[in-house]
Amino acid sequence: MSAYIIPIIFLVVLLASFIKRKEPYGGFIDGAKQAVDLTINVFPYLLAIMVAVEAFRVSGASGHLANFVAPALEKVGLPKELAELLFLRPVSGAGSLAILDGIYKTYGADSYIGRCASVIYGSSETVFYIATIYFSQSRVRNLRYAIPVALVATYSGCIIGCALLRFF
Amino acid sequence: MAIIWLIMIAASLGLMIFTDPSSAVNAMVTGAHSAVELSLNLLALYAFWLGFFSLIERLGLSRGLERLLRPVITRLFPGSDEGTRKYIAMNMSANLLGLGNAATPMAIEAVKRMDKGDGKATTDMIMLTVISATSLQILPTTVIGMRATAGSVSPADFLFPSLVATVASTLIGIIGVKICSKTFDRPKTPKPAKSRKPRKLRRKSKESA
Repeated sequence: MSAYIIPIIFLVVLLASFIKRKEPYGGFIDGAKQAVDLTINVFPYLLAIMVAVEAFRVSGASGHLANFVAPALEKVGLPKELAELLFLRPVSGAGSLAILDGIYKTYGADSYIGRCASVIYGSSETVFYIATIYFSQSRVRNLRYAIPVALVATYSGCIIGCALLRFF
Repeated sequence: MAIIWLIMIAASLGLMIFTDPSSAVNAMVTGAHSAVELSLNLLALYAFWLGFFSLIERLGLSRGLERLLRPVITRLFPGSDEGTRKYIAMNMSANLLGLGNAATPMAIEAVKRMDKGDGKATTDMIMLTVISATSLQILPTTVIGMRATAGSVSPADFLFPSLVATVASTLIGIIGVKICSKTFDRPKTPKPAKSRKPRKLRRKSKESA
């Protein structure tokens, strides 16, 4: 479905710009130009978060934290083997993808743990990354309850999804 | 965010000093390297999508999209003006199509427009962040691909629970922001107004007496 939608939208927009004499080529260049400034402004934030995530992962701190909350996870019906995935998913897309791959290799993609991991990764987003980048070009430094609410919502979704998995 | 960052780095370094001091700097530099790599990837994606969005903008399609989504957007973002709603509409459409990276530049612009300069996130900004951070993932293609590679018998087996989870997370997020904005934002404005009024009245009564 979505494989067709986006190319079709693209084609329609291009043809419409051409017919309406809006100079599609010049317009595309103008827009693309803004990306350079945007990326430069976003870069230091990205760097800071990724340095912290890598240190957190390599040092084993995320593993210790995972062991610490494992008993609580069992209570809400999430396998304790997924603690590290649950931690890293909101912080780093690439880091948690590596962990997801590890889970498939260790427990198998079709095991309950593997399917739970699929639901967790497939239904959630990199909350911290989104929050950091969205505010990177504004003067807002106090995000108030944005991250807590997003995390509670994400984890509630994961718990509901994994509970449903038991029936399918 | 600043505190979380500090805790993450401090805890990791504190641990590595005892366990593996030689790899501490290496790990952080690896992180820096992957940030450079990701930025280059993002530069390509942002350039492509911003180029495309500028065509949409020139055609006036973003205004049409804003008009189409206005009933939903004004309810979720009561403080937004028309210009901001345009970017929110594009952000939401891109997220719904599963184009998270295309949605990002639109959201950055929307937040910039909503900025009032007091350094605090407004409820509308938080709503936009939470909706994007819990955004609907209708077809998680990455996971399906990875499951297939890992030898899954039915790689798309998890789709229904995953869909329920992503819808639930978005709904809980929206409700959460509404509840938080009612509990945290209200007391700040009416309270000082109430406590000031009686004082003024007392002073006035003293003066008149």
